[in-house]
Amino acid sequence: MDFQSLLIISVGAIFVSNFVLHKFLGLCPYVGVSKQLDSAVGMGMAVVFVMSMASVVTWSIYNYFLAPTESNVLFNVFMKGQGEPPDLTYLRTITFILVIATLVQFVEMVIQKVSPGLYRSLGIYLPLITTNCAVLGVSILNIDANYNFIQSLVNGFMSGIGFTLALVLMAGLREKLEMADVPKAMRGAPIAFIMAGLMSLAFFGFVGLKF
Amino acid sequence: MRTWKEFVKGIYKENPVFRLMLGLCPVLAVSSTVNNAIGMFAAATFVLVCSNIVVASIRKFVPAKIRIPIFIIIIATFVTIVEMVMEGFFPALYESLGLFISLIVVNCIILGRSEAFASKNGVFISIIDGLGMGIGFGIAMILIATFREVLGNGTWLGIRLFGENFEPVLLMVLAPGAFLTIGFLIAFINWFENRRSASQ
Repeated sequence: MDFQSLLIISVGAIFVSNFVLHKFLGLCPYVGVSKQLDSAVGMGMAVVFVMSMASVVTWSIYNYFLAPTESNVLFNVFMKGQGEPPDLTYLRTITFILVIATLVQFVEMVIQKVSPGLYRSLGIYLPLITTNCAVLGVSILNIDANYNFIQSLVNGFMSGIGFTLALVLMAGLREKLEMADVPKAMRGAPIAFIMAGLMSLAFFGFVGLKF
Repeated sequence: MRTWKEFVKGIYKENPVFRLMLGLCPVLAVSSTVNNAIGMFAAATFVLVCSNIVVASIRKFVPAKIRIPIFIIIIATFVTIVEMVMEGFFPALYESLGLFISLIVVNCIILGRSEAFASKNGVFISIIDGLGMGIGFGIAMILIATFREVLGNGTWLGIRLFGENFEPVLLMVLAPGAFLTIGFLIAFINWFENRRSASQ
């Protein structure tokens, strides 16, 4: 197992190429949920879980059912390993989004059973993880970067951690911002975006990080 | 006239980006150049109008409990069509938009309009609503892209605007510039709206 590549993926996902502040993925909950620290942490944990599971499941489905390789399950079962493996990669978008929708439904049911308080505080934002660009984004990024199984899992998990980090930082700042004197036109979303811009600028300092 | 009202509301009053705060990810990501913004506007509006047509056509037959997965499948189908057309006919645009064409499927605007409007109204008015929202989305993206490209690159749609000695503000085409631009734009619109309602 190539630990160095996993370390590079981890640091890259959390700091250098943070999903929210650099790749612009996962912005809708970022502006919506980040008003309080507790709900931000809960949302972050849910997203980490969904992103990790989604990375693993979508990677497996792509490489064993859609990609035109020798190990394609449909190729071996229906065409008995003869001729050319079928190229079903155009079904990527549809299958990935259906997998993610199912996973989110499952996570919703689990949270409702295990922690009803968290379920109530997340409210509408829990089913909205389905439309979170970060989850579908990390699935597609894993495929485009040709990661293997372990690298996809690590990338999914660490990107979720990066998203949670940005979310928690923003929530902490916004709690403090409640007591500041913000101009009327700037209250709410505009000042949140400007803070995000400044945080993004700070995270750009990590771009030179090398091993 | 109802048609005109539905069309215009998506452009200013209920602009999906500046007022409803939907579909933010692609707006900030592809608005680094005006060319990309126009490409994304075309792709997203196509998907929005087509999926509105299909959803409005089948709205009487869709069981309420599974409507969201059905909408998602419809939208994903059109996004796959757009992906393939772009890869074939506009490869340069496909390269620069990359991931965000696939991400049109999770664009909250499209799913939101299917859920809030197309599933409850007829086909023609859904087309009008889709067009209005798409144009509002496009105007927002092109506006942000104009600021970012002019200040960050000295060009607009590739046309060089300033002289040789212009030092572009590199920050604007990078991530922080996007956040700052949209923050100030929304603040300006809020300020404008506050003054309008205060003077009435």
